[in-house]
Amino acid sequence: MHVIIDYDVGNLGSVIQSFKKAGFTLEVSKDPEVIKSAQSLILPGVGAFEGAMKALENTGIIPLIHDHVKQGKPLLGICLGMQLLYESSDEYGLHKGLGILPGQITKFKVDLNIPHMGWNSLRFEQPNHPVLKYIEPGDYVYFVHSYYAVNTAATLVADTDYDVSVPAITAKDNVVGMQFHPEKSGPVGARLLKAYKEMVE
Amino acid sequence: MLAKRIIPCLDVRDGRTVKGKKFSEIKDIEDPAILAKRYAIEGADELVFYDITASNEKRKISLEFVEKVAREIDIPFSVGGGVKTIDDFTMILRKGADKVSINSAAVHNPTLITEASKRFGAQCVVLSIDAKKAGENYVVYTEGGRNKTNLDAIEWAKEGVRLGAGEIVINSIDQDGMKDGFDTTLLQKLKAATNVPIIASGGAGTIEHFIDAAPWADGLLAASVFHYGEIPIETLKKQMHKHQIPVRMKVK
Repeated sequence: MHVIIDYDVGNLGSVIQSFKKAGFTLEVSKDPEVIKSAQSLILPGVGAFEGAMKALENTGIIPLIHDHVKQGKPLLGICLGMQLLYESSDEYGLHKGLGILPGQITKFKVDLNIPHMGWNSLRFEQPNHPVLKYIEPGDYVYFVHSYYAVNTAATLVADTDYDVSVPAITAKDNVVGMQFHPEKSGPVGARLLKAYKEMVE
Repeated sequence: MLAKRIIPCLDVRDGRTVKGKKFSEIKDIEDPAILAKRYAIEGADELVFYDITASNEKRKISLEFVEKVAREIDIPFSVGGGVKTIDDFTMILRKGADKVSINSAAVHNPTLITEASKRFGAQCVVLSIDAKKAGENYVVYTEGGRNKTNLDAIEWAKEGVRLGAGEIVINSIDQDGMKDGFDTTLLQKLKAATNVPIIASGGAGTIEHFIDAAPWADGLLAASVFHYGEIPIETLKKQMHKHQIPVRMKVK
């Protein structure tokens, strides 16, 4: 059973739909027992970092997420859910994140529209990473965000160009982050989830 | 590099789309979810729905289509038409829309932009502006073009962004339905004045019109050329690609 962590941030309809279409057996939950027995965890999220982190703290399951990762079980963070995996964010003050992936979240300082919103193309940094199995360099995915990860170092799997290198997919051992919305990224998003499913099953 | 978005616009009345004659093989051409899915498969980057249901009471029922669309498609979409309150935003976003567009209500009550932006994030708040040429300038109209205001369109766009709008849809009343091209003068003025994505609307008739407007817009919106099959999205994108315009091509 794969579990989408339910912590009251935004509409999960599209995320649930896309994982079901990719063949995942799913549960949406914040129940500690369900989290503990999860084969893999999916952390979605939209909105602001601080509010989301607080909402996650309120569920009381953060220690269980850390245990899950320590046991080597897969965790996927999507969009803001990916950002929460990092050490900190400077969105409206400095806030601590889960610290599961190395790096920090910071605001775009580019002379382009913010948020970075729309379809942008992927460049592969680790072409042999299994999550990229079914997609090609240059494939487009859908981004909506004003903050991005920096100092991701060796965890960078794919990035996109927005005057700066924007980490799009990062991974460390059993943990994967996707800054874009795979559930809104058409066939490319579906292929990423297909590859991810093969990684975790 | 960000792709220029190609955005078919669908009018919905009482939960049914009012245009969409091209997919002759589809039986229920008026079902917004079925039509939306076809556009997504064809390569649309995003969809815009305008609910033109006349009464507020009926609109609540009409908006049930949003949930169905969200289930069917895997690209972003916005919903507008008659949005007046934060509750309208909440309802539409809960049903699964990615963005909500506001037009007349934002003119009458600009704080709605700020409230919605604070609550849901600027990326959810699309300010739709109906603009008509007046000499060198452009004036804002409301109520579907029936009411002239004393607002300058460029100034109103800047104010809207300052208040928290994350995207502007600019509809040229002069060009609407004329099929002789987007108003590139208006687009250039707007692009120079704002730092949020701009969606051009009104005037698309040929592929060249899209190519001409692309430098000044992040997204290009059209209705009839898509609904009547005059411009297939894939052909359009191939031509844009040939002109070095970044577009999201269909994956093999």
